[in-house]
Amino acid sequence: MTTVQGRQITGPMAWISSRKTSTAASWRTQKPVLIEAKCTGCMICWKYCPEPAIEPSGKKIAFMFDVCKGCGVCAAVCMVKAIDMVPEGL
Amino acid sequence: MSKMTVPEIELLDGGHVACQGCGAALSMRLFLKGAGPDTALVIPACCWAVIASSMPNTCLRVPTVLSAFEAAAAVASGLKAGLRRKGAGDVTVAAFAGDGGTADIGIQALSGAAERSEDIIYVCYDNEAYMNTGIQRSGATPPGTWTTTTPRGLDKKTPKKDMPAIMVAHRIPYVATLNPSFAEDFVAKVKKAVSIHGGTRYLHILADCPTGWKHDPSQMVEVGRLATWSRAWPLYEVENGKYRITWEPSKVVPVTDYMKVQGRFSGLTPENIDGIQKSVDERWLKLKALASAT
Amino acid sequence: MTRELLSGNQAVGEAVRLARVEVIAAYPITPQTTIVEHLAEAIAKGRMDCDYITVESEHSAMAACIGASLGGARTFTATSSHGLALMHEMLHWASGQRTPIVMANVNRALGPPWNIWVDHSDSMAQRDTGWIQIYAETNQEVLDTVIQAYKVAEDKRVMLPAMVMEDAFVLSHTYMPVDMPEQSVIDKFLPPYTPMQKVHPETMELYGSFSPPDGPYMELRRDMENAMNASLPVFKEVEADYAKLTGRPALGLMEEYRTDGADVVMVAMGSMAATARDSVDELRKEGKKVGLVRLRVFRPFPHDYVRSIGERFDTVGILNRAYSFGSGGPVSTEMCSSLLTLPDPPKVASFIAGLGGRDLRPADVSKLYGKLIDGKFNQEEWIGLKEGVV
Repeated sequence: MTTVQGRQITGPMAWISSRKTSTAASWRTQKPVLIEAKCTGCMICWKYCPEPAIEPSGKKIAFMFDVCKGCGVCAAVCMVKAIDMVPEGL
Repeated sequence: MSKMTVPEIELLDGGHVACQGCGAALSMRLFLKGAGPDTALVIPACCWAVIASSMPNTCLRVPTVLSAFEAAAAVASGLKAGLRRKGAGDVTVAAFAGDGGTADIGIQALSGAAERSEDIIYVCYDNEAYMNTGIQRSGATPPGTWTTTTPRGLDKKTPKKDMPAIMVAHRIPYVATLNPSFAEDFVAKVKKAVSIHGGTRYLHILADCPTGWKHDPSQMVEVGRLATWSRAWPLYEVENGKYRITWEPSKVVPVTDYMKVQGRFSGLTPENIDGIQKSVDERWLKLKALASAT
Repeated sequence: MTRELLSGNQAVGEAVRLARVEVIAAYPITPQTTIVEHLAEAIAKGRMDCDYITVESEHSAMAACIGASLGGARTFTATSSHGLALMHEMLHWASGQRTPIVMANVNRALGPPWNIWVDHSDSMAQRDTGWIQIYAETNQEVLDTVIQAYKVAEDKRVMLPAMVMEDAFVLSHTYMPVDMPEQSVIDKFLPPYTPMQKVHPETMELYGSFSPPDGPYMELRRDMENAMNASLPVFKEVEADYAKLTGRPALGLMEEYRTDGADVVMVAMGSMAATARDSVDELRKEGKKVGLVRLRVFRPFPHDYVRSIGERFDTVGILNRAYSFGSGGPVSTEMCSSLLTLPDPPKVASFIAGLGGRDLRPADVSKLYGKLIDGKFNQEEWIGLKEGVV
């Protein structure tokens, strides 16, 4: 039987989290930056992140840059403009 | 956290290969928040089959079976029976398919499962074309929309297939339209579907695709909002035949506002758009009538 | 053990009941219909405790079986001809995903023109799909083989789906005496199915997946072939176990009839073998040294056994009840690929017979034996064609 990453597999299957192989950082041409002072902790950016690449952090949020693709949805939905999309990787 | 208006649990890991700003990715994330960890997914060929996994990695934190393109509803029917036999009958079995695998090649298996009222949830995330294979038209593509197989000069002239209406006609316990830009309504409908047992529940999501709809990825939520504010994508549910509009725009936005921000509609003439506005308005009135009559 | 008069289809149904199948998903097609009807009746009357999904097509039947198998259940379906053809895509899926589904296929011709009678083209066209394939000659064999197929398929060394063939009408609708083992005996023979892959929230695994060229696609294909090869000794073990518990003799991968001292042999599959037995008896009475070899297990193909046939007999006639257009009779093609590895291969005659249920009688087969004995035959001959038939 075929062994993949140390495990004998019985057919086509997957079991390891995609976070271990994320290449999202290389996809980015811009990166979200939180303006802490403006952030109200409303969690709307967290709610709409498609990855997800935002997690709750204290009363506010933090970005998970290992999986953030820089799509900019968070900045677009933020109602108080607390997220800037800053050029990166160009 | 008290400010979270949808469940905190994450059952989707990032690091998957969905496009930036993918509405289908957000849809899956919200669906799983509503369905919870006791869920098994069946995913046919579609964007999500590729997003889900490249051996040996998976981004889903629920057990999943990938299936051939047209077979999602049939595999889900079998999976539910197998799980029930093995004492895991409480696991929610949900098929999660694109518009192609639902309205076109998958409609036979779906109709069969619905006619048998299989105890499954069938979720269609509709990005209105065969996006996974590179933006070709499907039965769910609106007329006049640019796709690679309906370019200018070979436009699709026929209406978008009304899958929710087709599913209501199967007399299943629950049919609903969803929009990830309306996350609370979305999750509430998922939870309702999960709570109904013994019959087929059908959820139809309008899933924005920045790549195929031709707009900036950051606008994914906004474009979805415009779809519902303009009533191009009304949010309603049909429970045992009874219609209920679940979100009504207080200020109606003309469809042209929804369409002008998407490159895929750039070939439409003002006449086309008038025609579309008319049919959107007519359908809204019909929905209202169904809501009062049922 | 009770002796009953059963049709081939009833034998399938009873075997499925004895095997304690848990989920059936099936779609009717002539002449499989009485299988699915028999099973529905058995469940309705409480003779079987089984889920029955009345799917809307054969493609969905196989899809549902795959789903149920991954859910952990022992599954079954049955079909024939166009139904099998429609399932083609999902046959690949079942073997690729290593789900040990057992299916009864009633061998019937493919149209057009529409033809509901016996022909092996339907299952021959599926020989590349990674399914174990066994062709039965009698209703007794149908019953025994369907039960044994579960044990072979579910063996951890195998984990491949298996299809058991019975000829349309000749077996499916014809009544023969069948010795039925007791449920308690089969329970001893066939324990409950314990899957190696199981969909369950505890495991969070994904089945099906995606593999680019550098991924394990080719290795997984190799695993399937290894499993096919591994099934050969498993067959032997399973038949021996079954023989011990039920007294039913092991039939093996190929079965020989009066081949002792034979100069020429005919190879046949399914009910044509029964016809050939009559021919052999007649010819042997006349002193002709002829024998019959029945090819029973077609996948995995018994290369070694076929080579031994080639070593022992000078002339081999092969009856094909199917055809691969542009190439030849599939049984002949496959046998020749083994025979030609011999240093001194036999002379081979390829006979194409019985397509679309055209009758092949003992007298016809005797004529063919005559050709083999005289050594006067073409490489390939179509038997029984009529001039100006319409």
